[in-house]
Amino acid sequence: MLPDSKVPEGPVAEKWDKHKFDIKLVNPANKRKFKVIVVGTGLAGASACATLGELGYEVEAFTFHDSPRRAHSIAAQGGINAAKNYQNDGDSVWRLFYDTVKGGDYRSREANVHRLAQVSVDIIDQATAQGVPFAREYGGLLDNRSFGGAQVSRTFYARGQTGQQLLLGAYQQMMRQVHEGKVKLHTRTEMLDLVTKDGEAVGIVTRNLVTGEIESHSAHAVVLATGGYGNVFYLSTNAMACNTTAIWRSHRKGAYFANPSFTQIHPTCIPASDEFQSKLTLMSESLRNDGRIWVPRDVDETRAAGDIPEEERYYYLEEKYPAFGNLVPRDVASRNAKTVVDQGHGVGPLKNGVYLDFADAITRDGQKAIEERYGNLFEMYERITGEDPYSVPMRIYPATHYTMGGLWVDYNLMTTVPGLYATGEANFSDHGANRLGASALMQGLADGYFVLPYTIGDYLAPKLGEDPVPTSDPAFQEVEDEVRSRTAAFLAIGGTRSPEHFHRELGKIIWEHIGMARNQVGLEKAIEEIQALRAEFWSDLRVLGNGDTLNSSLEKAGRVADFFELGELMARDALDRNESCGGHFREESQTPEGEALRKDDEFSHVSAWAWNGIDTPQTKHKEELDFVDVPLTQRSYK
Amino acid sequence: MSRTLNLELKIWRQDGPDADGRFEVYPALGIPDDASFLEMLDIVNEELIEEGRAPIEFPHDCREGICGTCGMMINGKAHGPEKGTAVCQLHMRKFNDGDAIVIEPWRARAFPVLRDLVVDRSPLDSIIEAGGYVTAPTGTAADANDTPIPKEVADSAMDAAACIGCGACVAACPNSAGQLFTAAKVWHLNSLPQGQAERYRRAENMVETMEQFFGSCTNHGECSEACPKEISQDFIAYLNRDYMKSKIKNRRLAGQS
Repeated sequence: MLPDSKVPEGPVAEKWDKHKFDIKLVNPANKRKFKVIVVGTGLAGASACATLGELGYEVEAFTFHDSPRRAHSIAAQGGINAAKNYQNDGDSVWRLFYDTVKGGDYRSREANVHRLAQVSVDIIDQATAQGVPFAREYGGLLDNRSFGGAQVSRTFYARGQTGQQLLLGAYQQMMRQVHEGKVKLHTRTEMLDLVTKDGEAVGIVTRNLVTGEIESHSAHAVVLATGGYGNVFYLSTNAMACNTTAIWRSHRKGAYFANPSFTQIHPTCIPASDEFQSKLTLMSESLRNDGRIWVPRDVDETRAAGDIPEEERYYYLEEKYPAFGNLVPRDVASRNAKTVVDQGHGVGPLKNGVYLDFADAITRDGQKAIEERYGNLFEMYERITGEDPYSVPMRIYPATHYTMGGLWVDYNLMTTVPGLYATGEANFSDHGANRLGASALMQGLADGYFVLPYTIGDYLAPKLGEDPVPTSDPAFQEVEDEVRSRTAAFLAIGGTRSPEHFHRELGKIIWEHIGMARNQVGLEKAIEEIQALRAEFWSDLRVLGNGDTLNSSLEKAGRVADFFELGELMARDALDRNESCGGHFREESQTPEGEALRKDDEFSHVSAWAWNGIDTPQTKHKEELDFVDVPLTQRSYK
Repeated sequence: MSRTLNLELKIWRQDGPDADGRFEVYPALGIPDDASFLEMLDIVNEELIEEGRAPIEFPHDCREGICGTCGMMINGKAHGPEKGTAVCQLHMRKFNDGDAIVIEPWRARAFPVLRDLVVDRSPLDSIIEAGGYVTAPTGTAADANDTPIPKEVADSAMDAAACIGCGACVAACPNSAGQLFTAAKVWHLNSLPQGQAERYRRAENMVETMEQFFGSCTNHGECSEACPKEISQDFIAYLNRDYMKSKIKNRRLAGQS
């Protein structure tokens, strides 16, 4: 059974303040008696390390990177939302809350989303105090822009490098705590399993990626801030090393996995060019503020973009959604791109993209203004494609970008394993079935700076006087043995195909059947294909070298093994959810015009899956969602 | 429009931190020129695995030029021939069919090789730890618009803050100096109102930590030339100014050395 979500009673706007008052506190002098493990040092992890350290907790931080600053939060381009209403355009905490619940297509928890909107304003203050160089107006005040699907300008940004600057801010605060001796940093150290005792999380087992040493670490609580699982698609905008291992191994140890099929396909990425392609590159969706999206009306069009007259261009978003036009939410933009490309209107050598055209914006505002806004993105595009977007339209196509699903957490961000927390993209809680642009940075930092540091005290307070379970305990030894034998198993298979090969093949299955549109036949096929490929993986994998050195093939093998199991669960979840909502589009559930059709009577719930062993499908538990303050409506962006 | 290239790679191989290194030569055949440099190495690695030979370990992650993980010397140049470009964003269309390419790890004593092209850059974190922050505990901040910052100042801070911490500046420097990295962070924070309280402390602590690991700057300018973010060498002048001033401003420390 799913534990209580611990959402406080009372009006939604008062829940968080009331909850902060009601939960147990740890006395300042006692905080140093508690040890907390934080895995992952992106926005959610670094901000939690910094804040927990400042509060006085003993923190141990783990990252598989060579430095905490490499975490993939660094790559976020566009911005971070906050309900500051600095632009006087009618924004408010309530509006950000409302937009996020609606944008998430009514599959998130109202109370969590309201809290997120509330603390959003503090994040901007906090980051500014740290020296994050947000963009400013000539008067010296902070600049904002509107961002995919929002009708107010509430997005703060630092050129096209907002994630980088926010992460450096959090990383620097974390390094200050390293200097103070409150945070102990373990770099190039990958968490390979969770250790539980009497049902509670008591530590982790890690592998030192340079020496191969398997080690145990124990603490009073464990926080997973390990990001999303978009790399299950192989081609995604995630960094190469992003993976699901920390949350997946924890799922196997009792943490329920919520809404795994809720993945976000970002509408503006550079289309794939060939089989060797290792990742896809995102072009910030802020480009949609000025770029116009179109395809040739004629599917046999051969002329260059500039030679196609206006009346022969199909501005499909502007035509179908006059109110929002090119700024419809990500899921709508992505699905429509797929539709026109599937109809044969695609552009580029592989006919796998649509145009994002800046010609009108350049005529209207001048090239200099466009360069100011998007210069670095245009440069990046040119570097990758060899084409100059000032003179020819960009070609874009959707790619996997973010995963709304993740470990189920209660209002305190605790998973179904007591003492195990999940923050940032690793949890499921705030974005429902679709995340709005510029909300990921907000959530990661909200969790790490302003939510977890309070709520973790509620779990720790009654443990005063208890030492962490020693790593000599059989609970640790057992997991260490499992990790050692699993590592040895990869090396012992001695097959013919590399981890990379299997990852690519798995990604093709997932993209084909669990991508932008899903149906029963495809999903059932996906489960069969994944199982068959997984069997081949375990009998024909080739990992060279040994376990005592830096061995990236070995690291990759473990990550791919977990992606197989996750992929299967994604298919089961997508199969079970016979409705279309947000990023999850079931072809069986659409309106006569081909728009997504939600089924609130049947599916207004979170699907939280419990592990039953490798050969038995997971059991689904439901958390019913109540929409009290944001009434359920079918989204329409027409 | 797509060509393919046949190349000869001469790559530094080293089995571990204490092992002797050596160059090995590998053919890279039929490489599509739309591939990135790292994708070219991926292709070579898949072939090596197929032949049962250990793949080349190289540092990489985001492949978007922002995480700062990647970095290698290509024909003696940090991040290769394209200016302002990290190696992950370097594409094979910049090379010619038949080219011989020499690939080495970052060259610097402060960055010991861990394996093949992967080095340990942790001294860069030590410099940040020494003072590369504003002491701004969570929850204490004033409203973000309480302190207007002239756009020019914010822009200049952002120019410095764009550093990705890859270490190319150190690798390109004949002295393996860490000045550009340190200067970028010092100027980012020291130029902003929020960074003033700790300005001179920060400059002093970061410089002195830097000097424990890195060589001295003699104004060659190779650092800015190699920097994938084209961080200006001017920041080093600002760093020197603040460091010198720190020796007077941090009066309580005067006379202690």
